[in-house]
Amino acid sequence: MIRLFTLAVGLTLALVLAAGAAFAQTGKVTVVTSFSKDVTDPLKKAFEKAVPGATLEVQNRNTNAGVKFLEETKANNQVDLFWASAPDAFEVLKGKKLLSPYKPKATGIAEKVGSYPVNDRDGFYSGFAASGYGIMWNERYVKANKLPTPKEWQDLATAPYFDHVSISAPSRSGTTHLTIETILQGEGWDKGWRTTKEISGNLRQVTDRSFGVPEAVNSGQVGYGIVIDFFAFSSQGAGFPVKFVYPSVTTLVPANVGIVANAPNKAGAEAFIEFLLSPVGQEALLEPTIRRLPIRQETYAKAPADYPNPFKDKNLHGLLTFNAELSESRNAAVDTLFDQLITFQLEPLKAATKVLHEVDAALAKKDNAQARALAKEARDLIAAMPITAAQAASPEIRAAFTGGKEKSARQAELEQQWAAFAKEKYAAAKAKADEALKLAR
Amino acid sequence: MALAGTRSAGQATLALAIALFLGVFLVVPVATVVYVAFTEKGGGGLTLVNFLDFARTDLFVRSFWNSVYVSAMTVVWASALALPLAYLTTRFEFRGAMLVQTLGFLPLVMPPFVGAVAMQLLFGRNGSVNLLLDEWLGIKIGFMEGLNGVIFLQAIHYFPFILVNLSAALRNIDRAMEEAAQNLGSHGLRLFRRIALPLALPGFIAGASLVFVKVFDDVATPLLLNVKEMLAPQAYLRITSIGIDDPMGYVISVVLIGVAVATMWASALVLKGKDYATTQRGGGGLARRKLKPRESALAYAVVILILTLVLAPHVGLLLLSFATVWSYSPLPDGYTLAHYARVLGDSSGYIKNTLLYSSLAAGIDVVIGGAIAYLVLRTKLPGRQWLDWAASTALAVPGVVLGIGYLRAFYGVKMPDGTPLAALWIVIVLAIAIRRLPYALRAAYAALQQISVSLEEAAENLGATKARTVRRIVIPLMTGGLLAGFVTSFATAAVELSAVLILVQSNSDAPLAYGLYVLMQTPAGRGAGAALGVIAVVLVAICMGLAQLAADRSQRARGLDI
Repeated sequence: MIRLFTLAVGLTLALVLAAGAAFAQTGKVTVVTSFSKDVTDPLKKAFEKAVPGATLEVQNRNTNAGVKFLEETKANNQVDLFWASAPDAFEVLKGKKLLSPYKPKATGIAEKVGSYPVNDRDGFYSGFAASGYGIMWNERYVKANKLPTPKEWQDLATAPYFDHVSISAPSRSGTTHLTIETILQGEGWDKGWRTTKEISGNLRQVTDRSFGVPEAVNSGQVGYGIVIDFFAFSSQGAGFPVKFVYPSVTTLVPANVGIVANAPNKAGAEAFIEFLLSPVGQEALLEPTIRRLPIRQETYAKAPADYPNPFKDKNLHGLLTFNAELSESRNAAVDTLFDQLITFQLEPLKAATKVLHEVDAALAKKDNAQARALAKEARDLIAAMPITAAQAASPEIRAAFTGGKEKSARQAELEQQWAAFAKEKYAAAKAKADEALKLAR
Repeated sequence: MALAGTRSAGQATLALAIALFLGVFLVVPVATVVYVAFTEKGGGGLTLVNFLDFARTDLFVRSFWNSVYVSAMTVVWASALALPLAYLTTRFEFRGAMLVQTLGFLPLVMPPFVGAVAMQLLFGRNGSVNLLLDEWLGIKIGFMEGLNGVIFLQAIHYFPFILVNLSAALRNIDRAMEEAAQNLGSHGLRLFRRIALPLALPGFIAGASLVFVKVFDDVATPLLLNVKEMLAPQAYLRITSIGIDDPMGYVISVVLIGVAVATMWASALVLKGKDYATTQRGGGGLARRKLKPRESALAYAVVILILTLVLAPHVGLLLLSFATVWSYSPLPDGYTLAHYARVLGDSSGYIKNTLLYSSLAAGIDVVIGGAIAYLVLRTKLPGRQWLDWAASTALAVPGVVLGIGYLRAFYGVKMPDGTPLAALWIVIVLAIAIRRLPYALRAAYAALQQISVSLEEAAENLGATKARTVRRIVIPLMTGGLLAGFVTSFATAAVELSAVLILVQSNSDAPLAYGLYVLMQTPAGRGAGAALGVIAVVLVAICMGLAQLAADRSQRARGLDI
């Protein structure tokens, strides 16, 4: 049997080799992408029409798996392009020298969408579309539970939303990471984390996949989700009873494409990037199943009437200039802080938040200065951070995540410290809030 | 003496060949990944400090005990589901026994992602059941909340492991044992407790240990319920998060592997020193008694109740595949065939690949699993236990670790035309085969434990060579168990995703599970994904029905021959 098996393997190898040789033509462009079929199929069709003789081979992997794949296969790379949303994935690839620089020839492309620069400053990857973050909700869920319609991020931190909100973990979703980072840069480290934790106290779940959020909202398992716009638009396109709003402070993030180092078909890869940036490629983004925001201003003339336009709409301009260097310097620290302070301490955080909502309700009926002071103390305890902004970007902390020499503690030690810190503070906050509730009633 | 010499030389060659196979396709790829667990980040030297960190981190310790609790409770509930089905269908004249066996197996075949969505729509916080309960009684039950939710889903999902192995074992019991007990006045539950169950213990232990390890190492179900504080999800989340090159994910993988080996070792210990073999094989299992009308009604009620519960996810899947929109309502808004129309074009390639990969992988598993069981139980080769343990670690190796290991070990190996070895589809088959090998191995193991060695000795006394004895005596008698192993490996291989996702390099080589994954990442793909899921389940069901039929035939044929 084993001999038979070896024979079978040998035969198969021979067959595959023969087939491989027949397919070895110049026009094949291989792309690893996290984009779904709904996005890649129309663009593949348009590309193959625009560039005769070219075929696009799409390998669908989620962003993380895609990065790992390129890393593991670099010795014998067979992939031409990496094509995904999350800019931080490209940063990682760039850091590992897995991308090769290319300056697109296309003209008429915006330098910035909202506050975020479109292209990598070193030219290793280029933006080809933009998307904005916002809040999506299930209308049936909201109606059945008699819940309000949100407008702003702060709304999500209020009592009615308790246990109804979903978000994906920033360590698992590059776009959520950017949203958190935008809040931190916009409001400052301490205030930004306070806002983030206040919203998080109302979370129903922290998912480990970006798509887990719209999936749960679509099927009515949670009411509200913090999502990137196209998830909501394409859900509406599929007929789900969901709505979406951009809060007045939102962040636009580009979706990117970059050429892999030692690409077997570099010319084909360049042709694909030029296609994406060409008027035809940009118009393809308007398709209902894709619904990304083009980065060519004139393309919006062909868009449907209600299409968001970052070149015109005020709320999409963004109030701050996104500091990519700052973001990168504390990338791992922010992700890990979110996981250790929120994702894995969600129950204690929610327990404290729930009581605080009750205190607020009681105080609204009958004010009590002492209870108010205790509630404020509790809120301060929740908001407390184990490290400052300066520490987060310090060489000691960065080295803990990269394994560098300057590290003061191993990553696992830091995580344990931060988790213990959060656990203690949340328990103390809950005690204060309980006390406040007794007084307020 | 000369004969004995060649005999053990043959056995040694076989053992070496298997060791080589396991070494190249399991140990080396996994070792290239998990050695990180023994190095400090940034430094090259070997260290155990990471394991110390593991023990010092509350989150990991908490996760470890959560996993132990969930796995143990799942075994209890899965046994409660499996025992009645196995006993009723093998012990009594039960119309539709084959159908029950086939249907009872299906929960194991739950397509990734889409199965999760179907479960949420039925049992979730706002699933059909809870929406109806809320309307009628004003209550909601947290079927899918926290650790108990994981236990609930895992018991439904994995109880077939116990069902299949226990049924095979019950069928193998010598009917004379039961008759003797009956002649001595035993009957009813006592007969079951004192005779049937102890004799079927190898099958039960094989199933229960699989369930324990599988639940301990499962990533998909806890994550679908957003339960992250279990060990396997912790490993998965760390290994697959970008930019965090942290040894802890691999440390946890090593712990998972350790637990799997310990479980297999413990299950061997339970059975050690006892003899489960019976000599007489012609009777073909327990005598089938007739049920009295009242007993019969009760039996059917129990069977139907259990089947309704365990097949609910598949009903949900079926509904989802025909649904237009299904959101926050007990049933879909409307029904359509459009999803099937959408996937029909793409799916023929996926179906072909799935059938090819799964049957090849299951074939490899049965051959190797059977051989390992034989070497361990019937030979005295030194170190033979290691083959069993090595193969069993495959249960605990996370799919992503194996996938990455394959890329690391085989991507650098170039074919003459420059394409990497890891880009060939046969590598996907091997990865699936390794991941499903423990299923076939446990089944083969249990089957062989129930065969009395005296049958083989008789054959050899009559002059048969070792090889001939294996071919004419051992393999025919093991058929039931091997078939159970094949079916389990095949069916679960058909929905394998985690390693496949890393290894698939082109759409034309992709199996169904990959197509499903691609669809399930978009809102519009949900129905189409469900349709593809239904196709996968039906496909597996047909293959299994055929296998069951073959098993019944062969058993009946043997019964008549003797």
